[in-house]
Amino acid sequence: MVEITDVVCSLCGCVCDDIVVEVEDNKVTKVKKGACAVGKSKLMGHGRIEEPAIRENGNLKDCSYDEAIKKAAEILAASRRPLLYGWSSTVCEADKVGVELAEEIGAVIDNTASVCHGPSVLAIQDVGLPSCTLGEVKNRADLIIYWGANPAAAHANHMKRYSYISKGYWTEEGKKNKKLVVVDVRRTPTAKMADVFLQIEQGKDYLVFSALRALLYGYDDVVPEEVGGISKKDLLETVKMMKEAKFGIIFFGMGVTHTRGRHNNIVNAIETTRAAHTHTKFSIMPMRGHYNVAGINQVCTWETGFPFAVDLSRGYAWYNPGEISATDLLIRRECDAALIIASDPGAHFPGESIRHLSKIPVIQIDPFPNPTTEFADVVIPAAISGVEAEGNVYRMDNIPIRLRKLVDTEYLADEEIMKSILEEVRAIKEKEGE
Amino acid sequence: MAEGELLIRNGVVYDPINGVKGEKKDICIRDGKVVEEVKNPKVIDAEGRVVMPGGVDIHSHIAGAKVNAGRLFRPEDGRKGVKARTKVCRSESGYSVPNTFATGYRYARMGYTFVMEAAMPPLAARHTHEEMVDIPILDNAALPLIDNNWMTMEYVKSGDMDLLAAYIAWMMKATKGYGVKVVNPGGTEAWAWAKNCDLNDEVPYFDVTPAEIVKNLAVANEKFEMPHSIHVHGNMLGHPGNYEVTTSTYDLVKGIKPYRDRPAMHATHTQFHAYGGTRWGDFESKAGAIADYINKNEHVSIDLGSIILGDTTTMTADGPMEYSLYQITGRKWTNHDVELETGSGITPFLYSGKSPVNTIQWAIGQELALLVKDPWKLALTTDHPNAGPFIGYPIIISMLMSKRRRDESAEDMHKVIFDRAEYSSIDREYDLNEIAIITRGMAAKTLGLHEHGKGHLGVGADGDVAVYDMSPEETDAGKIQKAFLNTKYTIKGGEVVVKDGEVVATPAGKTYFVTPECDDKLTDEMLVKLKDKFEHYYSVNFNNYPVQDAYVPNPYEIKAPWRS
Repeated sequence: MVEITDVVCSLCGCVCDDIVVEVEDNKVTKVKKGACAVGKSKLMGHGRIEEPAIRENGNLKDCSYDEAIKKAAEILAASRRPLLYGWSSTVCEADKVGVELAEEIGAVIDNTASVCHGPSVLAIQDVGLPSCTLGEVKNRADLIIYWGANPAAAHANHMKRYSYISKGYWTEEGKKNKKLVVVDVRRTPTAKMADVFLQIEQGKDYLVFSALRALLYGYDDVVPEEVGGISKKDLLETVKMMKEAKFGIIFFGMGVTHTRGRHNNIVNAIETTRAAHTHTKFSIMPMRGHYNVAGINQVCTWETGFPFAVDLSRGYAWYNPGEISATDLLIRRECDAALIIASDPGAHFPGESIRHLSKIPVIQIDPFPNPTTEFADVVIPAAISGVEAEGNVYRMDNIPIRLRKLVDTEYLADEEIMKSILEEVRAIKEKEGE
Repeated sequence: MAEGELLIRNGVVYDPINGVKGEKKDICIRDGKVVEEVKNPKVIDAEGRVVMPGGVDIHSHIAGAKVNAGRLFRPEDGRKGVKARTKVCRSESGYSVPNTFATGYRYARMGYTFVMEAAMPPLAARHTHEEMVDIPILDNAALPLIDNNWMTMEYVKSGDMDLLAAYIAWMMKATKGYGVKVVNPGGTEAWAWAKNCDLNDEVPYFDVTPAEIVKNLAVANEKFEMPHSIHVHGNMLGHPGNYEVTTSTYDLVKGIKPYRDRPAMHATHTQFHAYGGTRWGDFESKAGAIADYINKNEHVSIDLGSIILGDTTTMTADGPMEYSLYQITGRKWTNHDVELETGSGITPFLYSGKSPVNTIQWAIGQELALLVKDPWKLALTTDHPNAGPFIGYPIIISMLMSKRRRDESAEDMHKVIFDRAEYSSIDREYDLNEIAIITRGMAAKTLGLHEHGKGHLGVGADGDVAVYDMSPEETDAGKIQKAFLNTKYTIKGGEVVVKDGEVVATPAGKTYFVTPECDDKLTDEMLVKLKDKFEHYYSVNFNNYPVQDAYVPNPYEIKAPWRS
């Protein structure tokens, strides 16, 4: 038995890196410290895709890695409008090969931000993002606002490691001297811990941000007695807390990005942060979901100039979310082949785009089976990043951390698979005399 | 490095480090290095053309967290520079915040082969390295920020210079960094509470002043044989009347004996620190006062931070400065404070020749170059992309070489240039030898890279050569600018990477980093304090913090022994 410390979790955007595990017979046998229940389950391992497979007559038939990679390359090389999608639950090293492949075959490359914090990216492109690292929050924040986010369920260690419950330099008494405000449509487990819970009406986030902004700028008279289900009294109390805080932070989640108003909500959230910043230190941060969704945004940006929804069919990067994001492309039935890696559009895309996806050749690269596997034509199992493969990831605050390899595996890492596909595609193109 | 032999024949060579000032000369390269002679070389005919060592940029923001945050939030800038991939090149995008590939290609087209990334947040050092790996052709290095760090301030307060040195040593190794970077010392920590610091203000909660931080870091830095001095972006950047803060900052290292023949401080993007007046309304150039100081003293070197007119993306670890700028323009603003270490801000900015303030800034950048007598004391930079993108260097070169061009530009700008700047009264024109000094020689020497084959063409130097498509007699400023934008040939490590302004090969660059050698006992004592910081205050574990070797696939290590 070997004990491994400083293990980095490859589950959510928290990227906890203080985990201790035990390894015996090349298997993680115990998670001793650090991980939440979901992270623990990932580290311990569960049902995986065992063999590469190619669909024949409607059924997946096991094959060798070489056969699967060759088939994948053939599909991509023959495609006139390929889509390369996913990238958020793998390491940056694999993402880089993905961008290179997209250039090579003139593909659209898009990532899960497209259906997640894509609206946040659009808002940041409009107004910027006054933010900080999670350690800043831990050491300084005395007011924490979760808006449309429920970390108690979705980012289980977030409050403990970084925000409300954590202890830092100016916050050594933990939550005792902190205030927690939760804004949500229902009383979530996180809301139950809050000093102030603002139960907002569905879809009224934009209005409530506007009201807070008006109050922060001193225009109390324009705010009506009730906004989005919240009384002016509660809004005034919240604003008082914001002004009196030494260091405030808004964490926002899907409840804001994917409700009516979408990216406009985030623009308003950021403008509210700016308004608060005229009184005291205030920051804002999106609660990123997948452990490396921030990383694919980083890689895609430094390599193409743009964070998601990038079309390379012209030979240079063309960025236009809404036109060439994965769901739009599929709804228009524009793409004729797709490579899906480290994600599950089969479970998360709108029905209409899944319908088209299920009709075109789909290559799936993933350690685990998911609804996308049900219609994938080539399935390539990958090593589990953070357990069986190492590599770089970016935490939700864009801090880069290296995943550790804990056990050996026969499975190929995402990066190796991608490189093999790229090589094979190039060989096909060369043969065809391009 | 390319194997084989190359002969660059009959060029007019400017190699200031070796005292070569426009001599007709052959350059011989074998296996990537300059040699005395070659036997069966490939021949490049440089007949009558200007030949210089590969350019060395001492200060440019090309890779890492804030550069990428700049790209991410400015798709409108990304759209400006798009260029399709070729058989050799990846796709390009961006103007002030080009993607990594474009960064490499554009520098190489200008004849540059080494660029120093000017600010690496230690906690995000992996990010800087990841991007540098993706910048083709260029050799590179990065300066970790060491000044607003709690460890630094605590040692400054306690006066433990040896322990501060041990911390510097550990941080260089942990970040694979090149030298000590200082950005708004104390002020960036204060910004974590939305405050700022002047040079002699007390940093909130830390009981030290920015002046003490700068001085002590300079002392601690010189405890090692560090190739580079401390690299300082001082307090009050961009504020009217800041020139006295600037010279007071310079004064701090007077009397500190550097380990070798370089100053004890490199003061960067000096244009932003040479302001007179009391507010924007009476804003004026104090380039003369700064130049006077530099002329009279030997303990400070500078780079220009010269303005390029047009739209750009400003970015710095000086968080409060970016906030002030955003308040002036009302444009988008990104901020990113980094726990226990530093911060950063980013906002777009338009430098307009119609604006009196921007016009004076334009004048100051060039006045500094023209008023500092000894070109070995200054390097050409635009603090890319803060004062403008690096592809504007040829504009500045043509201005410095042509009084006529400067006069023409002054006519197009706000008339304040004639009243509140010396610009139009300066007749000096740079010659090509001086241009070679401020674009390669000085930077290589100040960074200590000349001892590692950079910035010159002596025997044993790297085979990095720029052949410019111009005669040394050329006086037409437009032609000079054109020649410096796209080389006839750029050769990197003996391999032709640019031919007739087109990139033809994209070898990977090397990453230079410095390993200060520190006594184990001292390091252990320092680590007790540092580990406590990780245990209680950092959000990343100690053992996950140092940059792993995997991030630096082409390493070039420079050891810096402790000075006995």
